[in-house]
Amino acid sequence: MTIDVSPVDSPTQNSARPPLGTAPMVSVNRTAERGVPQTKVVIKDLRFYYKNYEALKGINLELYDRRVTAFIGPSGCGKSTLLRILNRIYDLYPGQRATGQVLVDGKDILDARQDLNLLRARIGMVFQKPTPFPMSIYDNIAFGIRLYEKLSAQELDNRVEQALRRAALWDEVKDKLKQSGLSLSGGQQQRLCIARAVAVKPEILLLDEPCSALDPLSTQRVEELIAELKSDYTIAIVTHNMQQAARSSDYTAFMYLGQLIEFDETEAIFTHPKERQTEDYITGRFG
Amino acid sequence: MTLYTRRRATNLVILTLSLFATGLGLLFLFLILGALLYHGLPALSFGTFTHATPAPGNQGGLSNAIYGSVVMTAVATLVGTPVGILTGTYLAEYGRGSWLAPVVRFVNDILLSAPSIVIGVFVYTLVVVPMGHFSAWAGSIALAILVVPVVVRTSEDMLNLVPSGLREAAFALGTPGWKVVVMITYRAALQGMMTGVMLAVARIAGETAPLLFTALNNQFSSANMNGPMANLPVVIFQFAMSPYADWQRLAWGGALLITFAILFLNIGARFLANWSGGSTSR
Repeated sequence: MTIDVSPVDSPTQNSARPPLGTAPMVSVNRTAERGVPQTKVVIKDLRFYYKNYEALKGINLELYDRRVTAFIGPSGCGKSTLLRILNRIYDLYPGQRATGQVLVDGKDILDARQDLNLLRARIGMVFQKPTPFPMSIYDNIAFGIRLYEKLSAQELDNRVEQALRRAALWDEVKDKLKQSGLSLSGGQQQRLCIARAVAVKPEILLLDEPCSALDPLSTQRVEELIAELKSDYTIAIVTHNMQQAARSSDYTAFMYLGQLIEFDETEAIFTHPKERQTEDYITGRFG
Repeated sequence: MTLYTRRRATNLVILTLSLFATGLGLLFLFLILGALLYHGLPALSFGTFTHATPAPGNQGGLSNAIYGSVVMTAVATLVGTPVGILTGTYLAEYGRGSWLAPVVRFVNDILLSAPSIVIGVFVYTLVVVPMGHFSAWAGSIALAILVVPVVVRTSEDMLNLVPSGLREAAFALGTPGWKVVVMITYRAALQGMMTGVMLAVARIAGETAPLLFTALNNQFSSANMNGPMANLPVVIFQFAMSPYADWQRLAWGGALLITFAILFLNIGARFLANWSGGSTSR
């Protein structure tokens, strides 16, 4: 099966994606602008268990390079679980396991031989709650960079500044880099966490409801940031905010009860969803 | 309305009772502190800190006992703290899901509530008897054994208070496990763990029973860790039981010293725990 270069709207690609492949995806303008999307992650028959409870029931899905994929669905549908598999953070907890395949650039990351630290350095994650480390703002960013790179003080300063600028936080913190990261407001802390994730230059960025604890202004900042970051990264975002999914993503996956109900271009999902459940959910008639 | 009045009445009764109970507790605390100050303060002088314990009827101080207490407490803390913190780290960070962790935790709880005299007899059998004599080393070992369970418990509790989100965030950057522990969770839990250590110091500073069997006492100034060493609790015990008025006076002075040392350690621990308190939250 092809996982690299086939364009989305080719029929072969669709047949390789059974549960979603109902119709070819329409190439809209914004896709055309940035060329044909390349597959970055292929998820095949992914099942996930918390002890004996099956939280994901055979997910098949692809994430595209330099595109934003939004995951929507009611609480407990498995969106966050899916995200937590992609960097294998679930591995921290005994009793949680995944079966199936998750191919990142063709390599199965669920393989027992996968080095988890290297994997997680490639796949960044931002969590629902801001989690600044108990250290200075500067060190919060530098911490991750120092893990895998030996840089001079000057280069490190540049990288920190660059990351903070990308997260639209630089102007607010440039005069207090030595202050504790915990002294920032909630919205600033979350942008600090995004800057921290971006600073290590991951290939994939996982955002687990990054705006749920933020006010509208901070949310807007984060969304602008996502729009900017997608030129470099593959982004997967879990959100409960339908408008956010519609605004900031290229593709949307609707999940329900551990299953992927529908996956399509965001415009298609929000304008003419194929599944009844999807339509009910996005129009708020769910029940 | 009657229901409401009844609730208010009940509230008043309970409030009165709790205030009374609190007052009773505080009353005894202040009676003890008051008696200590009343009898102890006149007994303290500059000479108390510069002269060793006297023979009955002679002038003297408590310098050798203060020295012994400080040294043995310090050695015990230096030995017991790393063991306690590492064990607590194992329980909180690595032992999840293993069968060993609950066993260690259970044994530690037993040790935590073990009567300190049992520890004294234990070290007596294990160290003093083979060596053939009492020693400050044996005293330090006994006190260290008392430090360990306190530090294990507080370290584990404090590490468990670190939100799992913080750990996940560190792991999500590709941080190796040991670095997550050393650079993230220790940092987040540092104040709490320091508080635990201070509480452990406060606990052993006043222990008498384990020292009776190990360091015993010494009439003279001695810095020899390999021999018996004077220490405040045992000196207080011995002098207070004696028929000599000047020894009894010194016992009051020693009791005042040790009580206030522990009081300040506890206040220090409380202060440390509250100082920039919410650092692990959010």
